[in-house]
Amino acid sequence: MAIAKVCGIETEYGIVVRNADLNAVAASSLLINAFLGRSETRTAWDFFDEQPGNDARGLLLGEVLAPEVETHLVNTVLTNGARYYVDHAHPECSTPECRTPSELVRYDRAAEEIMRTSMERAKALLAPDGEIVVYKNNSDGKGNSYGCHENYLVDRAVPFGQLVTQITPHFVTRQVFAGAGKVGCESPGSTPGDVAFQLSQRADFFEEEVGLETTLKRPIVNTRDEPHCDPAKYRRLHVIVGDANMSETATFLKVGTTAIVLAMIEDGVVGDELVLAHPVTAIRQVSNDPTLRATVALANGKRVTALDAQWHLLERARSWADRHGLDSVTVDDGKRILEEWENVLAGLERDPNEVADVVDWVAKKRLVDGYARRHSLAPADARLKAIDLQYSDLRRDRSLAARCGLRTITAEADAQTAVHTPPDSTRAYFRGTCLARFAGDIVAANWDSIVFDIGREPLKRVPMMEPLRGTKALVGDLLASCTTAAELIGRLGDSPQS
Amino acid sequence: MVLAMAERTKKQRSATRQNTEQPSDTEVAADTQGTDRLKEELDDLLDEIDEVLETNAEDFVKSYVQKGGQ
Repeated sequence: MAIAKVCGIETEYGIVVRNADLNAVAASSLLINAFLGRSETRTAWDFFDEQPGNDARGLLLGEVLAPEVETHLVNTVLTNGARYYVDHAHPECSTPECRTPSELVRYDRAAEEIMRTSMERAKALLAPDGEIVVYKNNSDGKGNSYGCHENYLVDRAVPFGQLVTQITPHFVTRQVFAGAGKVGCESPGSTPGDVAFQLSQRADFFEEEVGLETTLKRPIVNTRDEPHCDPAKYRRLHVIVGDANMSETATFLKVGTTAIVLAMIEDGVVGDELVLAHPVTAIRQVSNDPTLRATVALANGKRVTALDAQWHLLERARSWADRHGLDSVTVDDGKRILEEWENVLAGLERDPNEVADVVDWVAKKRLVDGYARRHSLAPADARLKAIDLQYSDLRRDRSLAARCGLRTITAEADAQTAVHTPPDSTRAYFRGTCLARFAGDIVAANWDSIVFDIGREPLKRVPMMEPLRGTKALVGDLLASCTTAAELIGRLGDSPQS
Repeated sequence: MVLAMAERTKKQRSATRQNTEQPSDTEVAADTQGTDRLKEELDDLLDEIDEVLETNAEDFVKSYVQKGGQ
């Protein structure tokens, strides 16, 4: 039976430094330090269990470049349960673990608020005309890409090979609604003008079907085997193939449909009908065709459009939901996902402009095409690429995405609350609440443990190997009734539910 | 087999579409209004882009260089 699809998003943001002498690492650090300020007690990230070099396929021989763990850069945990740090010269914010896609949308929005506050506070620290501008995109248009990764809790009992084969068609074809849109092309051997506009920011950068790399020769399915929870029971599927979305509904659909397809794989109802003959070719064919008419080759010799493949998955999902229920994504979210999924496919099929309030690439393309028409611009005109970049500018007074009528899901006040408050529904509640209440007694924290210093030797590591323990329902009363960290540690020893 | 199923659904979908493809006059009028409204919205949006777009687009695009990430 499918397990709860606990999920999270890690976003590396693009940055531009204006009128200040800062390199990318220094600028990223300044953003984070400015956000944290002096008043807040900082909790360091605990690198105790970081093993990004572990491969889900087992021990591999040959040259594989494992990602390095950058322990020397700014790296901290926030009271909402998120991790905020410098990664490869970008500021990165990883949301807390969430129980549902809609909850995750709220924390992805909160991450945007965190970046906005960081920009404002950093600006106050710089010379009058200095500023650091943050962009929520995935490419600079010059061949450099930075990721927006999704994570999903998956049952360890599902053979990894099956997971790879059956999730790949969804990763290749979900671009039709999850793509953030891009002016130009950056695939190896191409020139920017080869493709005027494509669906995805990231598709150009994928060169392998499956693999461990994340910074070069990127694979459609990443094999990093670092579950950050009980490794005997769970996997964390680390998805690197997606775009960062400005549209909340696109994020909801991207995460929601993927959570459902993964649950269907766990329940054994995704067949091999959609297995692709050439996934790397297919991901670019789909991305490069805004008419949505291109077909991709299946392993069985047939050809389908990305929309055909998505209709097929939706149909499967509906009959799966009837038979197996929607508990893995929760019933409320599950129904909404299926409904939005159908609406977006139907809209894309009739006329993509119908879903310009949901799909980022459609919203962006409308601006680019409209502007080109109005000013009679050639496809290579820099102003069109500027629109592409500025779509994802997170400054409210500059952002183009904020102006084009995208439908929101999260109320403004809820996004603000989520900046400081963890979700109730996962172990992030325990992490965030402990940080808010007892930061002075916490040495370090990470996804699956918190290290306390309660004045007695040795330091006390509290493990959190179950993502669905440490919830408000399970530990809310306990946390509320403890006045000190020492008391909490003492009472946790008596409680089986932390 | 399942692809055949998907094709069938697709036919049903186009059948549904065909059924609604004979709009009444009022629907046509509403639709034209809708298109006009969309066009107006886009025009307003394009006016705004003229106001907020980085003043030197060429420099902005050229200087937007990121270090590669994950």
